[in-house]
Amino acid sequence: MCTTCGCGDTSLVPVDVHEKILAGNDRVARHNREHFAAAGVLALNLMGSPGAGKTALLEATARASGGRWRLGAVSGDLATDNDARRLEKAGIPSRTITTGQGCHLDAELVHASLHGFAWKDLDLFFIENVGNLVCPAIYDLGQAANVVALSVTEGEDKPQKYPVMFKGADLVLITKCDLLPHLEADVSKILDGLRRVMPRPASIQVSARTGEGMDAWIGWLEARRAGMARGTGAAAHAHDHDHGHGHGH
Amino acid sequence: MHEYSLVQSLVTRVEALALARKATAVHRLVVSVGELAGLDPELFQTAYDTFRTGTICERAAMELRRVPARWACSGCGRGIPKGEVLTCPDCGLPARLSAGGDEILLETIEMEVP
Repeated sequence: MCTTCGCGDTSLVPVDVHEKILAGNDRVARHNREHFAAAGVLALNLMGSPGAGKTALLEATARASGGRWRLGAVSGDLATDNDARRLEKAGIPSRTITTGQGCHLDAELVHASLHGFAWKDLDLFFIENVGNLVCPAIYDLGQAANVVALSVTEGEDKPQKYPVMFKGADLVLITKCDLLPHLEADVSKILDGLRRVMPRPASIQVSARTGEGMDAWIGWLEARRAGMARGTGAAAHAHDHDHGHGHGH
Repeated sequence: MHEYSLVQSLVTRVEALALARKATAVHRLVVSVGELAGLDPELFQTAYDTFRTGTICERAAMELRRVPARWACSGCGRGIPKGEVLTCPDCGLPARLSAGGDEILLETIEMEVP
């Protein structure tokens, strides 16, 4: 009611909110992260342009890791399930998250994809995002780390052109390095670009085809696994909301 | 084009907050967008103007505030100009981004309450 004269008119009030617009997504992402941590699963958000070699990298990871880990993946794809089928063939149990016109994955899509998927038995869970250097960067999925694949054929200035994506990367995999002898691309320029957009630059040069650099990548994964706080496997996370589904926690 | 899904998140949130205060209308929103938030402010405005039809935000103008992204050393605080290597030339420590430089925040809602 109007406080001046009590006439019954409504009053206009400014309400301070100061809240992230993606607070809803971030809440689900925290929930996912708690699930992964409690189950001792290292979840990685693998991003990069269409054709950067994300799927090939995972296929090569299955080969290079030599069965030491139980791997699993979900792949965001606008229209096909080709990536998940390729990963299955490589021995990585996989699901497709079909996004339709959606250009990125969000925490809710990842959460829904876990249902009926034996993700808790995994050591490494790869979330292969939709190929895109823009939109996926701002959606937290609950991953332990962001890995960005950048191929040497994409142009040396991609880090500076897409600073938001690279700023959030914990590791950049410079892929398709076997092609370097055929290209004019200068890897030192890519590395210099990364130093200008990543406060803690970290990168590995790899080739899924020849296996170059895969040891260093496997070593990085090992270090991340070793550094993970081991969950007890019990329902150690808080449920601050209803979720009418079961995925065994 | 994640601008449309962001508008959807924004409108959903405004609806919930307006409902909680039994607001009869929403008149104005203030949203701040960091330079490195990964959002094109103009596209976001266009998406908002398209998507607000039929929602509680239908008559609510959105004011966008652009927040610059500034890097500075996480140790000594020395500013690091845009485009430079993000490691402090003095301390060797990584740079840190200024507050709000990579965030999209719903700051204020002006609503009509009984």
